[in-house]
Amino acid sequence: MDEETPSRAWHEIVHDVLKRHDVRLVTYVPDNVLRPLIDAVHADPFFTAFSCAREEEAVGIVSGAWMGGLRGIVLMQTSGFATLPNAIASLAVPFQIPVLMMVSERGTLGEFNIGQSLVARTMRPVLQALAVEHHTMTRLDEVEFTLDRSITQAVATQAPCVFILSPLLTGGKVFAK
Amino acid sequence: MTFATNHPVSREQAKVMNRFDITKRLVARLHHDEAVIGGIGYTNFDLWAAGRRPQNFYMLGSMGLAAPIALGVALAQPQRRVIALEGDGSILMQLGSLATIAGRRQKNLAVVIMDNGTYQITGGQMTSTELGADVVAVARGAGIAQSDWAADEGAFEELIDLILREDGPWLIGCRIDKEKPAETTERDPPRIRDQFMRGLGVRK
Repeated sequence: MDEETPSRAWHEIVHDVLKRHDVRLVTYVPDNVLRPLIDAVHADPFFTAFSCAREEEAVGIVSGAWMGGLRGIVLMQTSGFATLPNAIASLAVPFQIPVLMMVSERGTLGEFNIGQSLVARTMRPVLQALAVEHHTMTRLDEVEFTLDRSITQAVATQAPCVFILSPLLTGGKVFAK
Repeated sequence: MTFATNHPVSREQAKVMNRFDITKRLVARLHHDEAVIGGIGYTNFDLWAAGRRPQNFYMLGSMGLAAPIALGVALAQPQRRVIALEGDGSILMQLGSLATIAGRRQKNLAVVIMDNGTYQITGGQMTSTELGADVVAVARGAGIAQSDWAADEGAFEELIDLILREDGPWLIGCRIDKEKPAETTERDPPRIRDQFMRGLGVRK
């Protein structure tokens, strides 16, 4: 990498890669760690971004949009992912819809809420059971490659893909006491 | 805003109609390749039985997501009218989606609720609409101002003509009986999705 290139934050890289892949629709249930990305897609008229009442609903909207020719991604936190196995297993996977999902990982590396730490343990077993492609993103220098290649693969293979944003990448949510 | 109520009625006053009959009446009025998302169970079985249209999407699972899927299609194709057909048990699972639709002010979207007060496919257990929950009132409260019960078949047809002509979002409540569906949808998800995408012109 060119040493003069200033390093960009993870959310700036995600923003750029989504644009490059023409992912214009962003549905989400908010999360504090995701806030800079959510703010950025709201500020950029390229994107249509809005919050949903539930993560399942956000997956339904992105699924319908894909079938109508519009690419989208769902943003959520770990506890929200735990509400999704049925929608992934009965909509995205069997209908072969490349629903992109980005999960801000809570429940690990300094979690202070026991509910978050317990529900977080269900995420990877669910993804493995459904054989859904997923990547845990821990390093800034891997964000672009992981996201860029995986969006290409999701579209080419008509399969959902989940991007897990580790606190190692984002700093996570800090225990405020 | 267009005045939605052609024959204002409450849920109690609305005539109990037949799902297959009004689904056929709906499909007969679609002349511009409108997209229809059939919710799980008997709602989409009767849509299937009403005639194969490449612009129909038949859900097989993900209960409650007909309206969100329809919203996604409507966002992707703002020139096309999109209709979600959903059961009372299904919409009760995803009432928040009505608020999302209202918030988007999605002009090309309508939700039609087939309400027989039961989870019919699982053995006819009662839903809360039978105990007084009014999905049209819920939709109005969520912000879909153009929400009404269809008084009878004639009023239903007038409302369908209205939602195909005027800006939405819309919600139409239909009281229906507990008749079995006319056919069963073929359970072949990739084929359903591929035909729907071709029907929408996304694939050639």
